[in-house]
This record gives sequence, structure tokens and C-alpha cells, in this order.
Amino acid sequence: MNSRQAITTEFKLKAGDFGAAGEASSQIKRILQQIGVKAEIARRIAISAYEAEMNVIIHSMGGIMRIEILPDRTDIFVEDDGPGIADVNLAMQEGYSTAPDHIRDMGFGAGMGLPNMARCSDEFEISSEVGVGTKIHMVIRYK
Amino acid sequence: MKLVEVQTVLRSEVLCGWENLDREIVTACGADLMSDVLVYTKERTLLLTGLTNIQVVRTAEVGDLMGIIFVRGKRPGPEVIEMARVKGIPLMLTELSMFDACGILHLKGIRGCSERVTRCEL
Repeated sequence: MNSRQAITTEFKLKAGDFGAAGEASSQIKRILQQIGVKAEIARRIAISAYEAEMNVIIHSMGGIMRIEILPDRTDIFVEDDGPGIADVNLAMQEGYSTAPDHIRDMGFGAGMGLPNMARCSDEFEISSEVGVGTKIHMVIRYK
Repeated sequence: MKLVEVQTVLRSEVLCGWENLDREIVTACGADLMSDVLVYTKERTLLLTGLTNIQVVRTAEVGDLMGIIFVRGKRPGPEVIEMARVKGIPLMLTELSMFDACGILHLKGIRGCSERVTRCEL
């Protein structure tokens, strides 16, 4: 890949579609492996993307995830159609969750998603407006 | 320790992924919370879980896990086994409890994952 090339892919995420949850992250991981991104880095990108996918599918009314694979980093942009997070600082706290029991039964919804995304990325930004939606931007560098 | 040895000591039934039972594991993680699995596990890790849904296989794929043991005889559905088969992730089933299965592996020298993956400070 030369310095100008980028691979951009966009995925539609449907609210409540748990069967498809993880499909986008899995595709991204395959692309990263094919272009020779180190396994540990590809893993962090895939984890960030997977937690983001799960969040949109669990909590929102649907949204999109756009991934830009660049020569030195990968950017993950996630945007959902609401309902938005009233208190982002609270949502970033480990263990804080509004997920119902049936989500917890699947092994998610324990209030670890957003903190995990932040932990796996080199840069993490989140903004949210109640009634509008939530936007997340993550950057994972290869070095 | 190779997965094939894990199969023997945990008296497990192999559900899929025979071709990958020569994989070597270094650590193991016993959990039903997939977010914990994602953030605590490192490479060459085996997952022991009581959950049998499709997210367990996704978590193994995304997190580069070596294989999955379902404890206490919990059998996943055919769609879960099929997805793991396609992705080459070994699935095994043991009648042992989570505690006993983890204990046996620990006695054999397998250790847990206690360090988090950390990059961006919260």
C-alpha cells in the first residue's frame, strides 16, 4: 500500500440484528490480515469495531460504521440514529449499563463496551445528543 | 499444552475444528462476559464458557482465541457449530463444571489472563 492509498468500507448496522453482529468486524479483520497488519494491531482494531457494532445493535435504532484502512493507521467512524446518551461520562464508566437482561444473557451489556473501545484505541472521541444520536471516532496506529 | 491434550484431560467431546487440535495454548480464560474476554485475553488463549450463542464464536474470532470449551455439558446449536467450523475455531464440550475444568487446566500449568489490553488511557 503506498502512502496515498486507503481502503474504505462502510457497513449498515441494524438495530437488534444479533445474528449479524460481528460480521463487519470479521470482514475488517480479514482485510487487515491480507494486507499484512500485525496480528496484535489487527486484533485491537477488530475488538474496537466489534464492541462498537454490538453497541449500535443493542442500544440504538441502527446506524453505520465506516472503516478507513490507511498505510499507518485505521480509523473507525460509528454513527447511529439515536436515541443518544444523556450522560456520556457516566456511560464511559466501567460497569455502567442500561442494557436489559436478555442482552446480558448473551455476554454483553455489562457496561464494558465503551471503556473497552477506548482502551483498545490510540485516540477515542465520542459525542452524543439525546434525540439525535451518538458519534464515535477511533484511531488505531500500527506503531 | 496442545488442544488435543486439553481434550483428554477435560474428557471433552470435539464438536468441530479437529484439524486445529494441534494448536498450543499458553493461557485460558473462564468467562461468560464476552467484553471481559475481549479485553483480558492475549494470543494463544483458550476460552471456557457456559454461554453457547453465536457471540461466543464471534468473540473467539475477533480476539484470536485458540478454541472454546463449553462447560457443564452445554451444547451449542448447529448454527453456532457451523460458524465455528467455517472459521476453523475448535469447539469442545465437557461435562465438567467451570470451576473443575479451570482447576484441572491450572494444575497442568495453564495460567489465567490478568493483564488488560491497554492503549488509550480512560
